[in-house]
Amino acid sequence: MRLARYRPVALFLAAAVALELLAVHGGKGFLLTQLTMSAYYTLVVLGLSLLMGYAGQISLGHAAFFAIGGYASAALTTWDLSAWGGTGLVKALVAAGALAARRDAYGGPVLAFHPWLACACAVALALLVAWLVGIPVLKLTGHYLAMATLGVGTIILSVAVGTEALGAADGISGVPPFPLLFGAAVGGSAAERVVNYYVAFGLLALGLLLLSNLVDSRVGRALRAIHGAEDAAGAMGVDTGRLKLRTFVLSAGMAAVAGVFLTHFNGGIGPSEASIMKSVKYVSIVAVGGMGSLWGTLATSLVLNFLSLRGYFGSFDDAVFGGILILIMLFSPDGVLSPRLWRAARAAVLRPRPAEAPAAGDAPAAGDAPEDVR
Amino acid sequence: MALLEVSGVSKRFGGVHAVNGVSFRVEKGMIKALIGPNGAGKTTLFNLVTGYFSPDAGEIRFAGRPLQGAPPHRVAARGISRTFQHIRLFPGMSALENVMVGRHLRGRAGFLAGMLHVRSARREEARDRERAGELLDFMGIAALAGSEATSLSYGQQRAVELARALASDPEMVLLDEPAAGLNMRETADLARRIASIRERGVTVLLVEHDMSLVMGISDEVAVLSYGEKIADADPRSVQKDPQVVRVYLGDEEC
Amino acid sequence: MFGELVAQYLVAGLTYGTIYAVVGMGFNIIYNATGIINFAQGEFVMLGGMTAVSLSTLLPLPIAIAGAVLATMAVGALIEMTFIRWLHRPSVLRMIIITIGISILVREAALLLWGQGVRALPYFTGNEVSSIALGGARVSPQVLWAVGACAAMVVAITAFFRFTMLGRQMRACSANRVAASLCGLPTRNLITLSFVLSAGMGALAGCVVSPITQTQYGMGTGLAIKGFTVAILGGLGNSLAALAAGLLLGVVESFSVSLLPTAYKDAVSIAVLLAVLFLRPSGIFGGRVAARP
Repeated sequence: MRLARYRPVALFLAAAVALELLAVHGGKGFLLTQLTMSAYYTLVVLGLSLLMGYAGQISLGHAAFFAIGGYASAALTTWDLSAWGGTGLVKALVAAGALAARRDAYGGPVLAFHPWLACACAVALALLVAWLVGIPVLKLTGHYLAMATLGVGTIILSVAVGTEALGAADGISGVPPFPLLFGAAVGGSAAERVVNYYVAFGLLALGLLLLSNLVDSRVGRALRAIHGAEDAAGAMGVDTGRLKLRTFVLSAGMAAVAGVFLTHFNGGIGPSEASIMKSVKYVSIVAVGGMGSLWGTLATSLVLNFLSLRGYFGSFDDAVFGGILILIMLFSPDGVLSPRLWRAARAAVLRPRPAEAPAAGDAPAAGDAPEDVR
Repeated sequence: MALLEVSGVSKRFGGVHAVNGVSFRVEKGMIKALIGPNGAGKTTLFNLVTGYFSPDAGEIRFAGRPLQGAPPHRVAARGISRTFQHIRLFPGMSALENVMVGRHLRGRAGFLAGMLHVRSARREEARDRERAGELLDFMGIAALAGSEATSLSYGQQRAVELARALASDPEMVLLDEPAAGLNMRETADLARRIASIRERGVTVLLVEHDMSLVMGISDEVAVLSYGEKIADADPRSVQKDPQVVRVYLGDEEC
Repeated sequence: MFGELVAQYLVAGLTYGTIYAVVGMGFNIIYNATGIINFAQGEFVMLGGMTAVSLSTLLPLPIAIAGAVLATMAVGALIEMTFIRWLHRPSVLRMIIITIGISILVREAALLLWGQGVRALPYFTGNEVSSIALGGARVSPQVLWAVGACAAMVVAITAFFRFTMLGRQMRACSANRVAASLCGLPTRNLITLSFVLSAGMGALAGCVVSPITQTQYGMGTGLAIKGFTVAILGGLGNSLAALAAGLLLGVVESFSVSLLPTAYKDAVSIAVLLAVLFLRPSGIFGGRVAARP
């Protein structure tokens, strides 16, 4: 019975393996790059889905947390400290294994923070920012919350664009690969494409597992209660403010982790990752997948991100997301997988067939009732 | 010492005194009713006790310690549970899950424990599930545990709400018009259940319109009119109180 | 010298401030009528400016501007009738997302139509170097046009709501929509009218400032945030307070440039928004309450 709990995640992993085999053996191995990127973006969207769909709080600035993770990791791993190589502090850092020496694209020596340490710092920074921002912001509701999160996102964006040390409009490039166990690394080399695909989907599956456990736990029920009837949740002893804040921090942390990995995978990050449109895309994917449906969000996120990254929407990319957002909110605010929508669709398809009414006085014999008229 | 002591509590909205200098006591283990015509301030008083409003003046003490100013979740943590006049069940969750949310205060599992599904969280979960099932059984709706709570009939929803309020093992429950919308048979069932809630050692404070319910089961009845208390005694005396009769039954008796 | 610099900053601040005030009032008009915050508010300003630039190549400037304002009003009406009119009591979250979607669509349509280029209307009088001395500062006559037009709009809209039958009906509709419709008021049409009015105001503001600030397809989002800041500063729904708040924000922003890099200019005004939301959610001039404690 306990294993049944993990069956959906196992199925998801099996599907990921099948997809990989299909792509590689179908001679379309290059597709793995976009699939890998989609997986990381999906991690962001899952965290946002917890916040929006379960805790019922909108965030129009989630790209900012992705960007904080990515930028912090990129900055720390590309910040060359060799000029200070003689100072005691740098020597101590080297001795502690906090710094890693490597060669840049032109063969020059670079001494910068080790990616693991940079990753930890980046995620910690994102958690800290989310916590500091969340305390006042989550006291707001409705329009005010939406505008405040939009504002926070814009501030982070303008810091990214306006700061020379972060590469201003160009962003940061030359970010080294992120070494994992057994010599594998998160990076852009074609040779490691398959490994990277599995790292990304493994991370996504882990996130999925943790979140699906969470929504089915004491905290998850409390979150759904807040979403459904916040005042009644308070009467049950649920500390709504605290729970909302923790959910916000958790989902920001997931966005930051995705930001770190994707930045190392791409070898760089630019300010477009912090843009408002990115945040809005995340929100629209959650809306399409269905608020409060992790699996629906997972599926729509992988599909939409992949199509978008492959450039299927061309220069209409933003317009497609805007249009999707409106259509979904107008016609099926519960998402495309909402049972209500499917019932309505089925009714619409089946309606043309007129039901045959039994003639008056023609009572059906017992046990002969037409049960299956579907 | 009374379990709940409300002294000189006032609350005004704009220029209206919703509650004006009201005092009353609820002794441990009793069933006390607050009655009064519409707009008398009963629900406001409930919201003051449970932390949804804070009083402009006066003091509320529970088990000897001040209660006013605490937010709803702190009030709940002190051992006061409540139901709502307009049913406030959690949509999209089953009846059982609704009652399990009521167990929130009795659990400890946080984010990490929930995500990792650790053994202590699993044990807690199993215990809460069992307890929630018992309460649904107590309310006579065990068969509906898996149904979506908000899709149940009105009477059944009231039963889920009451089970949810009891789930935290409170010292005291506040029931806001629990018989509203129930038929005669359901009301009689409810009266029996309220009596057996008290037998479990839970003190009951209820706001009610249904006089037969109130007079039948209450140990004490306080009557409010236009935000002020006009009577507070055992049901028999209250029923005979001329001021109560005038307020409650209108002026035709005079 | 120093005084002159201060005066220049002040003038620049007031110029931007009037636009923020007009966008903020646009928020107020729709919010009053519907309870919706229209996230596409800034797009009206962009549409007005862009349409006027295009029309001005064919028509005399005043007619081009009038045409642009009318066209934007039509877009406002169209948006309301297509996306909002038939929704039955939509949730706040749903309306936020829908209006964001609308703003994206309008923006993308503008990109398709006009491209990424920065455009501008010609100066109404004189040119970019002509200036009028005004108490130590050199002021472009266009600034006077912008401030004058925005001030005229504020006065006109206040008078409209206070003294005309239609304006009173709209106030009745915002105070209690059900009661208004029971009294026989065409509440749905009044709501459409609120979109038309706020689109028209935005468009006119977009035209008068276009020579100074220039017009680009993506300018709407920033304006929306600032307009919202202004609406909140003034206490949602209060038009005259929004004007004061708009001027205040413009000046604060303008002086911030002297202390911080220009790239952080937007961050400053958003910091103001956040500070107000956290500290005085009912606005610095009082009014409705944003947050429940």
